[in-house]
Amino acid sequence: MRISIDTDVCIGAGQCALVSPEVFTQDDDGFGTVVPGRASDAGGPLVREAARSCPVRAITVEEVTA
Amino acid sequence: MTETVAFPQSRTCPYHPPAAYDPLRDERPLSRVTLWDGRQVWFVSGHQAARALLADQRLSTDSTHPSFPIPTERVAAVRTRRRAALLGWDDPEHNVQRRMLIPSFTVKRIEGLRPRIQATVDRLVDAMEASGPPAELVSAFALPVPSIVICDLLGVPYEDHEFFEEQSRRLLRGPTSEDTEDALARLEGYLGDLIDGKHAERGEGVLDDLVARQQRDGTPGRDELVQLASILLIAGHETTANMISLGTYTLLRHPERLAELRADPGLLPGAVEELLRFLSIADGMLRVAREDVEVGGVVIRAGEGVVFSTSLINRDSAAYADPDSLDWKRSARHHLAFGYGIHQCLGQNLARAEMEIALGTLLRRLPGLRLAAPAEEIPFKPGDTIQGMLELPVAW
Repeated sequence: MRISIDTDVCIGAGQCALVSPEVFTQDDDGFGTVVPGRASDAGGPLVREAARSCPVRAITVEEVTA
Repeated sequence: MTETVAFPQSRTCPYHPPAAYDPLRDERPLSRVTLWDGRQVWFVSGHQAARALLADQRLSTDSTHPSFPIPTERVAAVRTRRRAALLGWDDPEHNVQRRMLIPSFTVKRIEGLRPRIQATVDRLVDAMEASGPPAELVSAFALPVPSIVICDLLGVPYEDHEFFEEQSRRLLRGPTSEDTEDALARLEGYLGDLIDGKHAERGEGVLDDLVARQQRDGTPGRDELVQLASILLIAGHETTANMISLGTYTLLRHPERLAELRADPGLLPGAVEELLRFLSIADGMLRVAREDVEVGGVVIRAGEGVVFSTSLINRDSAAYADPDSLDWKRSARHHLAFGYGIHQCLGQNLARAEMEIALGTLLRRLPGLRLAAPAEEIPFKPGDTIQGMLELPVAW
């Protein structure tokens, strides 16, 4: 699993950081970003909840085959 | 053909959607309504359709578009000629404005403001205790809390609050179109002077940061900066003030829910989310289609107006079980009280923090809080503006 955020699309609403603060935060410019070391935590239900909460659908959670 | 319902309608109970929309609840996700000027527009009441449409940038917020669904004659007086900053623009212009502001409203920045919000709330409760009971909660608490907080954040002197609160009231509620025009002119005149003053002596607010950016990069220009300041100041205090007053009224009308919150303050963040869903105070988001857009088997044609009934959308039984009841433990998270898509509320995390602290502190410090007048006689706002209480007499 891998999480990515499209910062061209992100509007800094902060929903991801609110819903799943273990995995998401906001950088100094306000853009959503994955907490270092957590990009492979995509399995948690809160991660999918965070992706669904994003008002501009900037978060992708994808299966990665090793 | 049956006659279409007029939009907007006033609520019959301040915390429930207008009863006049009841026939439209069975016509989800889309039906037709008639505006004050006789035009018919689409009325969105379904949750899934609303999310799809609000995320679709073929729908525009340009209020100067000839087919934009202007909800009242008052709003027409100011917004058919000039768009509001942020909300009135589509991308790419909107995106440039939004990106200037998002660093000031991140979850982390707002967390850092919590101690100051708590101190403000405590000071206001101290003052209520010193002079009461009773108290009029809108003027003693619900309005000053967000007003002080947004002044602090933006760098606007709170001693001017009577002036800008009055202009904000006239801008949003008139009663006449002349009031609305005059209020906007006065507010922008005031903010223009304030911003000009910041060139000579800069403080630490968001407006000061924007002035610094202007000096460095040449943007935003003076007019744009004044328009941004105006929308941040109005949106920053009117909306949250209404959530605090109407939220308190709603809690006092639901004693069992109130008791649950008092017994377990850990329920508060979920309760704030549920109150946002249940109360839906910004009950009418507006768009115009720039191209044909298909949703739920219906085609919205280019040039047609679309209004979103936040209160019905947030009570769609396909999205929420038993939607007309308050339930702190439901997951209310995907409500559209803050909108959805690129215009979703910039200040939503500030609003959440203010509501949690204001409501939590009221319940904790005033355990005997109660209405000081018969509930049905307490006046609330009409349907053509942001919903909330006009007054809220309380005792404890």
